[in-house]
Amino acid sequence: MSVVIVGAGPAGTRAAEVLAGAGLRPIVIDEAPDSGGRIYQRQPAGFHRTARDLYGFEAAKAQAVHDVFDHLRPSIDFRPRTLAWNLRSGVIDTICDGKASAVPFEQTILCTGAMDRVIPLPGWTLPGVFTLGGSQISLKAQGCAIGARVAFLGTGPLLYLVAYQYARAGAQVVAVLDTTPFATKARQAFGLMRGRATFAKGLYYIARLRAHGIPIAEGVTPLMIAGSGRVESLSWHDARGARHEAAVDAVALGWGLKPEAQLADLAGVPFDFDSVQHNWVPRQDATGRTSVEGVFLAGDGSGIRGADLAEAAGARAAWAVLAARGLAVDTHAVARLDATLAAGATFRAALERAFPFPAKLAADMADDTILCRCEAITAGEVRAAANEASATLPPPEVNRAKALTRVGMGRCQGRVCGAAAAEVLASMLSCPVEQVGRLRGQPPVKPIPILPAEAA
Amino acid sequence: MRLQRLAETDRPALSFMLDGAPAAALEGDTLLTAILAQDGHLRASEFGDGLRAGFCLMGACQDCWVNVEGLGRVRACTTEITEGLRVSRRMVQP
Repeated sequence: MSVVIVGAGPAGTRAAEVLAGAGLRPIVIDEAPDSGGRIYQRQPAGFHRTARDLYGFEAAKAQAVHDVFDHLRPSIDFRPRTLAWNLRSGVIDTICDGKASAVPFEQTILCTGAMDRVIPLPGWTLPGVFTLGGSQISLKAQGCAIGARVAFLGTGPLLYLVAYQYARAGAQVVAVLDTTPFATKARQAFGLMRGRATFAKGLYYIARLRAHGIPIAEGVTPLMIAGSGRVESLSWHDARGARHEAAVDAVALGWGLKPEAQLADLAGVPFDFDSVQHNWVPRQDATGRTSVEGVFLAGDGSGIRGADLAEAAGARAAWAVLAARGLAVDTHAVARLDATLAAGATFRAALERAFPFPAKLAADMADDTILCRCEAITAGEVRAAANEASATLPPPEVNRAKALTRVGMGRCQGRVCGAAAAEVLASMLSCPVEQVGRLRGQPPVKPIPILPAEAA
Repeated sequence: MRLQRLAETDRPALSFMLDGAPAAALEGDTLLTAILAQDGHLRASEFGDGLRAGFCLMGACQDCWVNVEGLGRVRACTTEITEGLRVSRRMVQP
């Protein structure tokens, strides 16, 4: 029976390479029309910017991942435009162009990637507000800026990278607003030095932004995005508490990334709260193996480690699959991967500490701020429900809050609001955020058409 | 807000219908790009809290649904525009 890889980004590509190298023919499923994942997303046919234009310093890596995948095509069963919407015992349910299919597997490597972690603020549902990742995709895959005057808000390496990419492409970047104070980053300088090249690139982006005359503020507190039917301004407090306002027509925001781990959840993989990442992460050993028979994890969907380590983890998990199948394992290759993964972990932890998730910003969100954008549920509604429930019932957790208020019950299934909703709830209950739990995954992991299935 | 085309503008043009009126796009545009490059919204929230224009652009948030004749409800960010497509931004039922 087959090995099924879900996700054709850096992790899935390297996993497929190892499996094909061992003579297997893995099935590779991806929702996108082509391989590359989000980080190395390819532009559509008919676009002709160079890899250097698209991926900057990462051009060689992106090109290598694409080349590997292109060479693999004859030796794998690649299923693009295919959503893996459920995972049950030994079977992944998929849908492609409206056609459903149950794909059995003996082993699966879930390389399902990540998305932006978001903190709602007043006005964040206005047209013109996008995630940092989305803003990057607009530029990379469509050649478009999200607006004529764009502000970048949040924290993390992506904040500076996307702002830099916009400025370089000729967009007007009005301001880069980082909620993390300079001192927090400075404390991690030693650990960050371990990722020399990545650290140097970060400094380069900041230097280029400053050279473009773009204001960069650290330690800011965002106040609101305002406008009538569209974004017209963004206001914030600087580190000293002085109020600022900028006229903008678009805002890109994001506070780091969170794993897209819904399939691991449906598989029954246990999750742990990683206090450094401030994320719920599916549990796996150093090889990517989980406690669920046949289920392996790699890439940012297994915990945020970035694209380079995703490549290593994808290959490592594939070796673990080969071992599970009783096939030969190249111990030298495995030792190299293990060393890469171990070395990268230290830098990654420093990076997370340098750009911490500002949990208080989420916890303190105003009562009338929309928390869940799918169902337009405010933070106040969640607080009221928590208050009411705690009088009569055991202390609520996020799934209970979902039942009471519908927060996280919308069509994104809490992907967007889940992290912030947990902070609001934990703050109400004066408990650590991990105590309110996490929203359980439900199939289908994304909306699919409900139509009578045609006989196969 | 309108999306600003900064690169790849020499692609062949195509036409489609947006809310019953003729509109222009470029080959390779997603529906989201094609619409937001000319008019800054995709849908109205079912809960009366205003217009929406998508959010994540990677098929996760489901906030960019529009109606396409013959296809029904689609995610604008992951659907490529094609010649003659008839797109409606009227209320999209979940």
